[in-house]
Amino acid sequence: MSNCYVDPKYLSVPYQLLSMNIRAMEVTQVLLNAQSIDGAVRKNAEESLKQFQEQNLPAFLLSLSGELANEEKPVETRKLAGLILKNALDAKEQHRKYELVQRWLSLDANAKSQIKACVLKTLSSAVADARSTASQVIAKVAGIELPQKQWPELIGSLLSNIHQLRAHAKQATLETLGYLCEEVSPDIIDQDQVNKILTAVVQGMSASEGNTDVRLAATRALYNALGFAQANFSNDMERDYIMRVVCEATLSPEVRIRQAAFECLVSISSTYYEKLAPYIQDIFSITAKAVREDEEPVSLQAIEFWSSICDEEIDILEDYGGEFTGDSDIPCFYFIKQALPALVPMLLETLLKQEEDQDQDEGAWNIAMAGGTCLGLVARTVGDDIVPLVVPFIEENITKPDWRQREAATYAFGSILEGPSPEKLIPLVNVALNFMLSALTKDPNSHVKDTTAWTVGRIFEFLHGSAVDSPIITQANCQQIVTVLLQSMKDTPNVAEKACGALYFLAQGYEDVGPSSPLTPFFQEIVQSLLTVTHREDAGESRLRTAAYETLNEVVRCSTDETAPLVLQLVPVIMMELHNTLEGQKLSSDEREKQSELQGLLCGCLQVIIQKLGSSEPTKYVFMQYADQIMGLFLRVFACRSSTVHEEAMLAIGALAYATGPDFAKYMPDFYRYLEMGLQNFEEYQVCAVTVGVVGDISRALEEKIVPYCDGIMTQLLKNLSSNQLHRSVKPPIFSCFGDIALAVGEYFEKYLMWAMSALQRAAELSTHTAGDDELTEYTNSLRNGILEAYSGIFQGFKNSPKTQLLIPYAPHILQFLDGIYMEKDMDDVVMKTAIGVLGDLADTLGSHAGSLIQQSRSSKDFLNECLSSEDHMIKESAEWAKLAISRAISV
Amino acid sequence: MAPHDLRRPFKRAAISDQQKRRELSLLRQEQNRRDAQQQARCLASSILSLQSPVPESEPEQSDIELETAPEIEKESGTLSKDLDVPRASKLRGPEVRKWFARQLMLPEWMIDVPDRLSQDWYVYARPAGKRCFVVSSNGTTVSRQRNGSILHHFPSALPAGAKTRDSSGSGQSYCILDCIFHELDQTYYVIDMVCWNGYSLYDCTSEFRFFWLNSKIEESAYTGVVPYVKDGLLFYNKHAHYQTGNTPLVLVWKDENCSQYVIDTDSKGEIPSQQQVVLELQDNGKLVTSDDPPVLFGYLDGDIIQKSGLHSGNLLRFAVSDGGLSFVDGKLDKADLNYLGKANRGRAFADSYSKVVFQFTVRHSPLKIDDLLASINSPDDQEKKPCDVEMVG
Repeated sequence: MSNCYVDPKYLSVPYQLLSMNIRAMEVTQVLLNAQSIDGAVRKNAEESLKQFQEQNLPAFLLSLSGELANEEKPVETRKLAGLILKNALDAKEQHRKYELVQRWLSLDANAKSQIKACVLKTLSSAVADARSTASQVIAKVAGIELPQKQWPELIGSLLSNIHQLRAHAKQATLETLGYLCEEVSPDIIDQDQVNKILTAVVQGMSASEGNTDVRLAATRALYNALGFAQANFSNDMERDYIMRVVCEATLSPEVRIRQAAFECLVSISSTYYEKLAPYIQDIFSITAKAVREDEEPVSLQAIEFWSSICDEEIDILEDYGGEFTGDSDIPCFYFIKQALPALVPMLLETLLKQEEDQDQDEGAWNIAMAGGTCLGLVARTVGDDIVPLVVPFIEENITKPDWRQREAATYAFGSILEGPSPEKLIPLVNVALNFMLSALTKDPNSHVKDTTAWTVGRIFEFLHGSAVDSPIITQANCQQIVTVLLQSMKDTPNVAEKACGALYFLAQGYEDVGPSSPLTPFFQEIVQSLLTVTHREDAGESRLRTAAYETLNEVVRCSTDETAPLVLQLVPVIMMELHNTLEGQKLSSDEREKQSELQGLLCGCLQVIIQKLGSSEPTKYVFMQYADQIMGLFLRVFACRSSTVHEEAMLAIGALAYATGPDFAKYMPDFYRYLEMGLQNFEEYQVCAVTVGVVGDISRALEEKIVPYCDGIMTQLLKNLSSNQLHRSVKPPIFSCFGDIALAVGEYFEKYLMWAMSALQRAAELSTHTAGDDELTEYTNSLRNGILEAYSGIFQGFKNSPKTQLLIPYAPHILQFLDGIYMEKDMDDVVMKTAIGVLGDLADTLGSHAGSLIQQSRSSKDFLNECLSSEDHMIKESAEWAKLAISRAISV
Repeated sequence: MAPHDLRRPFKRAAISDQQKRRELSLLRQEQNRRDAQQQARCLASSILSLQSPVPESEPEQSDIELETAPEIEKESGTLSKDLDVPRASKLRGPEVRKWFARQLMLPEWMIDVPDRLSQDWYVYARPAGKRCFVVSSNGTTVSRQRNGSILHHFPSALPAGAKTRDSSGSGQSYCILDCIFHELDQTYYVIDMVCWNGYSLYDCTSEFRFFWLNSKIEESAYTGVVPYVKDGLLFYNKHAHYQTGNTPLVLVWKDENCSQYVIDTDSKGEIPSQQQVVLELQDNGKLVTSDDPPVLFGYLDGDIIQKSGLHSGNLLRFAVSDGGLSFVDGKLDKADLNYLGKANRGRAFADSYSKVVFQFTVRHSPLKIDDLLASINSPDDQEKKPCDVEMVG
């Protein structure tokens, strides 16, 4: 029936290739084979498809689109054909995506229009899966072509479909519009078309639409189209209309429509917060009804609406800076504060709807969890006002025989601990803490104990520490607290994990307690108990082992000199644990994964210990006796090649290099290859980023002793910079690393100067202007900072060297760069400080050679003056340095 | 378009410990980078402050002689708090000599007995020898004389003073000790400490610095007999900060019993018949001391300046003629000086006022030990108990 056929001219190439098994009529068979349960058949089919694609892409894509459009073909092959087509247009990795886009754009125009005709045609198919797949393919093509001003007729032809009488075509078209809005950015589509799309979508979701599928597709499409509706939300009449239709949809008899409509409300709450005032009363009634009466997927969305409003108001109030004089683009409407008397009771009700064993189920998410989370956000939004509304609930339920009531009361208490003032909370905590400690040991219900341990942790997190005036932990109860928590660490894994968390915050509160910590008497016992937890058979559940090591880390980080000998004793213990993981018995892949998780934790722990002991001379001295052995272990860990472990071990080595200083040179011959491997790890870019940081550590530690390794390192770093496969966040640190190396090796850097400078210059040109969103501005600033740190290091490295004159040719460009970013007026404080420092370094190193250039630059006047009068101490300091260096450069 | 996942973190802290480890590492690296940069720059600012104020009028001044205009003293004094010894010690040439020459605290000579001598002052028997800075950094130790020139280069047991396995040498560890090199037993006697293990004591009072001295270096009690040749007594005011240049808060006093060099000798080691003084020539023929502010001793005849090709800033030697020095109300009124010629090239500074006066009184009516003892007869002699300190390395 389809008039969508494949033009034979595109098939001429594969026809001629004997090795190619696919002909037009055979595509169906190959696609079926590709879904065969027989692995060999499947593999063969996949191979054929791959060959076809490589040999003749237009013919390949055409035959797929033909298959998708052909109503006589089986649904499975149509679906798969569509999926392969879709995957030929988009990929997750940025560089791959870019390649695919370029490939599509360069495809023969005739072939493309045939393919597009086929998929558009498929929207009218009787087969739902074919329609849905076609929707996605159309959106992907639109995502590529519309920004290029191609396929201008697409939206018009989709909208004309809407007026078709056949419901299934209408549904598919709305779905397509939804996907399209997801793929394309709002500024690509002109307002006239936006208006038409929104009109079609909102009409499709109105109560007058008789077909449920159409209404659902329209509601889901609106979710994606909301981002396009800025102008329409500014128009009172249009906004009223959209809001009315959305609210009506929340009352639809179809649960999926109600859910989708609430999703729209959630999205509106963040995108159009400032437009909500006229509707908030009605929305409260709708959500309250849904929370109390509707099915869970719907009531979860209804709670999410209020959580999302909290998110908005917390952000706005943060911008206000606590005082109501600050500036935020959007004013706070205090919706939460106004809704408080009704909202809090509604949320408290949800807390009683717990599921049994939800604490053992990692993936659980239910109304009680959502309600408690929302309650916590409300507390953060309104502060003290929530306390009197929740306290009666706690008092009434906390001693009830039904565990649900005790748990709900405890959860309510734990939820409101962040937000209200310590003055308001501490009297409550002083009464409750003892009760909690006793519940932790005596309550028969594990769920109650889990929540109690979590609440105790929250108490310590927010109300314990040097910032709190009246301490809740005193000499009188400290011993009891530690005893109870250590006891709870023997409880079920989920309770023990929360007890570890509480201990974490207990230790953290004593972070800057001074020379003597109240935890000192218990230090050994705490460490011993934590190590015992890590050895529990069930430590793999509820991330208990991880929590125990993390707590151990914090206990070490917050320890004082008094317990330094005990921390030192911990070194061989953790080393032994790590050693044990390396003893090579044959492991299944599952066991190996657990093994590397453990290695990661142990390397993390060693890293914390090294950093702690390395920060003071006497402990560093004693610690260094273990350095050789630790390094040996890390090298063996690297040999296991797991990325997380690699990252943790790398961080630990950075700390070790810092502690070891120039002597680190002796480890370099063995370590170097892993360093290089880390730098080459583009896939797990965190590993790469961490390794780049460690190159900096090693440069500072080794100074000129790093020279023998510089060729390799610099080559790899330059390669990384020019790769578009490497995550962009790694590039700024690479530039900073150039500076570290240059400062370490001085004039020896000459060898790399030309390459480094040209990479820097290219990046500098790109990063002068930021035009873009906040995220891009932030990235640009981090890139600028990296570039500037590189310049600083290079100038300081070449100072007092006879080769200083090599830098002179670069000075004009660098000054231009400084002037450029100054004039853009969007640099952050860090960049400002680094930039003005570079001006000083340039003047300092080049002296009179750059005197007149400097005098001509704006940076040396307006920018410098601005920095000199900065309130930021570091900016001012750098500026004074620059002033001194410049005055000398221009006076000679 | 499946429903969107709306799960929020549940009973979880907002940040993972792994993320925290990563961030702490980044913080440490940033800090280390900043320190490295700061070190590179601080050195420069100390050097710069020496170079920039040099007046243009004296381009061919000998490279170890120094400008002593008071404002320069002040500037290098304040900047030296941020001094960066590891890098400074790598420098060569006149710059670094000038730089170090300014870092020593120079005692005034005791021309009258200060109040509360027993309560507020420490006293040491000063070893005879060359005053110098001993600087350990980057695995080596260097001693520099008053004029900044290097005396010795050697490994020592000071932190970062030798290339050993445990000296981390991370660039932050270094010491600066104010010493006297005692030729006879080739020993450095520590008289003050400026930096210990990278920790600057510039800002500390001497009370605190001597605590460091005592707790860091073996102390031997003063018995009257010291294992070295004495050269007078040094008095330190307890509350004095280490301050570069001349200071009235450290005083030196001598008599024939405790020093072989009470009266200045000439280059042949003989006592000249007339007292000799070194003064700095300034604009308009002014002759001044090295004090801050300088004390005016008189004017040099324009003819002599012309004839001898003298410049402002030159250090000149004079003999005190029969007219001597006369004082009115404790202040110098008149000085009868006779021009001898340019001072030795090794001189970095002119004489201080207190030195000239001390040398003058020694020749005529010296301040005697009895005068000192008379003021130190308070029953609380705990503090006046003299002691000395010897470096073990």
